[in-house]
Amino acid sequence: MDLNRSPADEAFRAEARAWLDAHVPARPLPSLETADGFAAHRAWEAELAADRWSVVSWPAAYGGRDCGLLRWLAFEEEYYAAGAPGRVGQNGIALLAPALFEHGTDEQRARVLPPMARGEVVWAQAWSEPDAGSDLAALRSRAVRTAGGWLLSGQKTWSSRAAFADRAFGLFRSRPDTEKPHQGLTYLMFDLRAPGVTVRPIGRLDGRPAFAEIFLDEVYVPDEDVVGEPGQGWRIAMSTAGNERGLTLRSPGRFLASADRLAALWRGRGRDPYTRDRVADALIGARAHQLFTYAHACRVLEGEPLGPESSMNKVFWSEFDIALHETALDVLAAADGGDDAWGGARGTPGMAREDGQEAAREEDAWDEGYVFALAGPLYAGTNEIQRDIIAERLLGLPKGRR
Amino acid sequence: MRFLLDDEQRAFARSLDALLTAADTPSVVRSWGAGDHTPGRVLWARLADAGVFALAVPEAYGGVGPLPVELAVAFVELGRHAVPGPLAETVAAAALLTEPGPAKRFLPGLAAGELIATLAPRGSYALDADAAGLLLTVGDGELRLAEGHGAVRASPDPARRFGLPAADGELLASGVDLAPAVGAARLATAAQALGVGLALLDTTVAYVGRRSQFGVPVGSFQAVKHRLADVRIALEFARPLVFGAALTMAPADVAAAKVAAGEAAYLAARTALQSHGAIGYTAEYDLSLWLARARALRTAWGTPAECRALVLGEERALVHAEERAAGPHTGVTRPP
Repeated sequence: MDLNRSPADEAFRAEARAWLDAHVPARPLPSLETADGFAAHRAWEAELAADRWSVVSWPAAYGGRDCGLLRWLAFEEEYYAAGAPGRVGQNGIALLAPALFEHGTDEQRARVLPPMARGEVVWAQAWSEPDAGSDLAALRSRAVRTAGGWLLSGQKTWSSRAAFADRAFGLFRSRPDTEKPHQGLTYLMFDLRAPGVTVRPIGRLDGRPAFAEIFLDEVYVPDEDVVGEPGQGWRIAMSTAGNERGLTLRSPGRFLASADRLAALWRGRGRDPYTRDRVADALIGARAHQLFTYAHACRVLEGEPLGPESSMNKVFWSEFDIALHETALDVLAAADGGDDAWGGARGTPGMAREDGQEAAREEDAWDEGYVFALAGPLYAGTNEIQRDIIAERLLGLPKGRR
Repeated sequence: MRFLLDDEQRAFARSLDALLTAADTPSVVRSWGAGDHTPGRVLWARLADAGVFALAVPEAYGGVGPLPVELAVAFVELGRHAVPGPLAETVAAAALLTEPGPAKRFLPGLAAGELIATLAPRGSYALDADAAGLLLTVGDGELRLAEGHGAVRASPDPARRFGLPAADGELLASGVDLAPAVGAARLATAAQALGVGLALLDTTVAYVGRRSQFGVPVGSFQAVKHRLADVRIALEFARPLVFGAALTMAPADVAAAKVAAGEAAYLAARTALQSHGAIGYTAEYDLSLWLARARALRTAWGTPAECRALVLGEERALVHAEERAAGPHTGVTRPP
């Protein structure tokens, strides 16, 4: 048992760090959930891709560096420690790409992956429907056979990034008469600007269009955009769901960087004694997530399947992320004169500070991070679904009524 | 990097688990709490034969250590079976006794399991002072061999009783560095807490699987399942902190492991009690032995707040915690 980094690992980290030092924007990009911010983040993906840093774990043929899991984790640590922007390509890279690597054709990989890596095509997920959330297999959107392809009809919702994305992927019912609801589903990719598609952005809690509804009215999709065999969509989607929940959607690097920033914020703004324990818990939780993930990755490298441990990971990071951001907002409020009548009224006109602009930007980032974090326990399978999986598959408790 | 226990370490854990399962530890714990240390001493000797205490003692003095990872492996199993006695204290003593001077003469006895050691800051109560053959005090940088102790006092964990060591005694070392001893004992306590929590979870999962109400096992209710899932998460995220700290032995890492394992074990205890219902609230039911231990270990060798301060690298807290933590701390460590 060890936590040693080889000289080659250190060299890889140093190369990544040097590139990031030279390229990470000095000021944070505008919010990813705005038109301007989306464009800026898309340009950042292209900059990453130009030097093969956008998808380091992919094969070189598709723009990657053939990095193994542990080196990918190392890259993520360096990436977020450098304060680099959030990844607008995340849905495609973390969810669709693994499905294509496992179930796609060579033609699909050659056509879809390189523009995904360069941010030229940004992907949205289209899983949920108005009546199919946690019970995803209840979905009703249809794929009807037509010459050379399929006609998609129905309604998808809560589609992250869909307000500004180019294409989407999701499950559609291609056989209506199956015995069980998760049979007869097909995994399809479609163009968000195709005839028959209507995208209606939805404002999340802070009003920004972070997700959207997608209405489909006989949208034509050619056969080459079916992932895997028609009718096998559920199995394909679930085989990569572990990625979303556990290992690759939210890497420890992100939370380590956030926890370090929180500790710096707390130290820089008066070491408020009332939030001290929670700041320490952020450092402890980030380290726990890092080490848990290292161990999990080592087991996967030795051939173990990803398994229901991904569900533990998902519950942990999503609740940890909220706690960390809640603490940050409390630290900011306490530092803003918590002992007078204006306590916690940060941002109130007339309370301008000397270092105004920088501080305001930092505060905005914590605010947006908090709103972003609030969604964590909801997406990628609610935490209640994950706890059922942990209880039934890891603890072996009897199945009960949902 | 391979952040996984190797085959030998896993085999060591399995062999200790088998040894302790066969030893009927609940009856050993109950005897120990009643002041009858004989079954406990027999078990202590068997643990020494299995190599547990040698892990804390350097090779030059009859040990094989210090080997923090193996020590953590062992202490998870000691916790899992609620083994009584001054276990972490003996580990701390092994670190302190390596100081230059006459202290070293006790080390071979510790490694061989012939000597059970305990210690406390001068003027504080020591865990199992009546059971220990080696009673140490630390104060003003001096390590002393205490001769005898006052009356024994109970604590919320019946198996953890405390005695106030005599203040005087042979000077074994001066200018001692407490940090390595505190670090080793704190890590051992964290590992022990993790084991306590794992046992509580296993016991409770088994119980809610067979206990029926409304015609179905209570473990099929989401209200029960989700709490147990949270316990599993807390324990599985504490585990890598314990072994990560064993690898680095950095004070902040050890403190983080102590917070996480202590809190996870305590969550396991609260959840175990709630999931068992009234039967879990009885002294007669063996669950009580683990419930009491989880509560005691949460504050032993550094309270959660002290350890959190160490994680933040707060220097004043660090000095304070190092001074205070040279003892088991259960709320009865100061003389009345």
